[in-house]
Amino acid sequence: MSYLDNKTPIPGTIMFDGHMARVGYGLNKMCYSLNAQSARDEFARDEMAYCDKFCLTKGQKKAIEDRDINGLLEQGGNIYFLAKFAGCLGLNMQDIGALQTGVTLEEFKEKLVTAGQ
Amino acid sequence: MANIIGGIGSSHIPAIGMAIARKLQQTPYWKSFFDGYAPIHDWLAREKPDVAIIFYNDHGLEFFLDKKPTFAIGAAAQYNSYDEGWGIDTIPPVIGNEDMSWHICNELVEDEFDITICQELGIDHGLTVPLQLMWPENSYGHMQVIPVVINCEQHPMPSPKRCFNLGRAIGKAVKSYQKDLKVVVFGTGGLSHQLDGRRAGHINKEFDLMCLDKIVNQPEELLNYSIRDMTELAGSQGVEFNMWLGMRGTLVDQVKQLHRNYHIPISNTGAGTLLLENSL
Repeated sequence: MSYLDNKTPIPGTIMFDGHMARVGYGLNKMCYSLNAQSARDEFARDEMAYCDKFCLTKGQKKAIEDRDINGLLEQGGNIYFLAKFAGCLGLNMQDIGALQTGVTLEEFKEKLVTAGQ
Repeated sequence: MANIIGGIGSSHIPAIGMAIARKLQQTPYWKSFFDGYAPIHDWLAREKPDVAIIFYNDHGLEFFLDKKPTFAIGAAAQYNSYDEGWGIDTIPPVIGNEDMSWHICNELVEDEFDITICQELGIDHGLTVPLQLMWPENSYGHMQVIPVVINCEQHPMPSPKRCFNLGRAIGKAVKSYQKDLKVVVFGTGGLSHQLDGRRAGHINKEFDLMCLDKIVNQPEELLNYSIRDMTELAGSQGVEFNMWLGMRGTLVDQVKQLHRNYHIPISNTGAGTLLLENSL
């Protein structure tokens, strides 16, 4: 039996499994393309037109527009590829951490420091 | 005969590469983390390995989700790093050892580890950051590198036990390589961290310290965790500990811990550093 057969959710965590990989394929492919500067430039010129090239759903496009990282994760976004989208916005992993958990950057950093004590 | 002289566990998080590029090593935030590498630098200078086998995961540079190998091994004469999309510097080309890579691949498949063999492999921060940490100022030009990539990005992922056994098979393959080479093995990534979702920022110090204790001479006690267990305990990215277990698998049963450091937080991560001496 696969460990993925255990359907009890892990709080605050989406398992990026085959289902999510299918749902998020276009979104992640778009984000993967952002490894290239030329793609980042094209994305910046017209974000929604660029999303259409990869057949993002309406919901995924809305989440891109809203910089809604949790929304993207729920719609099949994979964090490693979303990191490339975040990079386009000048955000690093700590900025993203704060966004996803609904706290300020300083509060997020403080939480990490507390974990070490 | 090739011999594995030791194993090194190290974080590979991008923020470290950014700190190196900006020369922040001695600033208050970074000092105790970077200082944790001095004993490793001394050991590498003394032991002078020829080859580094580096277990890491590809975070979406070489592999997209169209084709996602569970295990992949580089068999190229040279590896290059490329733009990862969010600003980390590339590093000078890394030299490979094609002959030894193919020997390891031949032995692994014989041993029923059906790896993906890569004659071209773009290397990302998972490999470049540890190289920069071990050989400051990019002074790794004398090293021959063999990359070993483990899937940590898409479920299903290989179990801790499987990764440890992959390491065992690689260790065996190295021993049967006829050239006189000194080999060091890196397990990179981890320790506990979670980048994604409402649990982002999850760190489990107690679990990390237990893993660091056990991996030295009781690694078998870590092999019954499932990937789901690892995710629950150590966070979505805590599964990167698989690379450490791969490294540990290449070593003999009883090893000597020469150095260890643990630092929280580095970026979103509990960062561990470990140097193990192998008995030949």
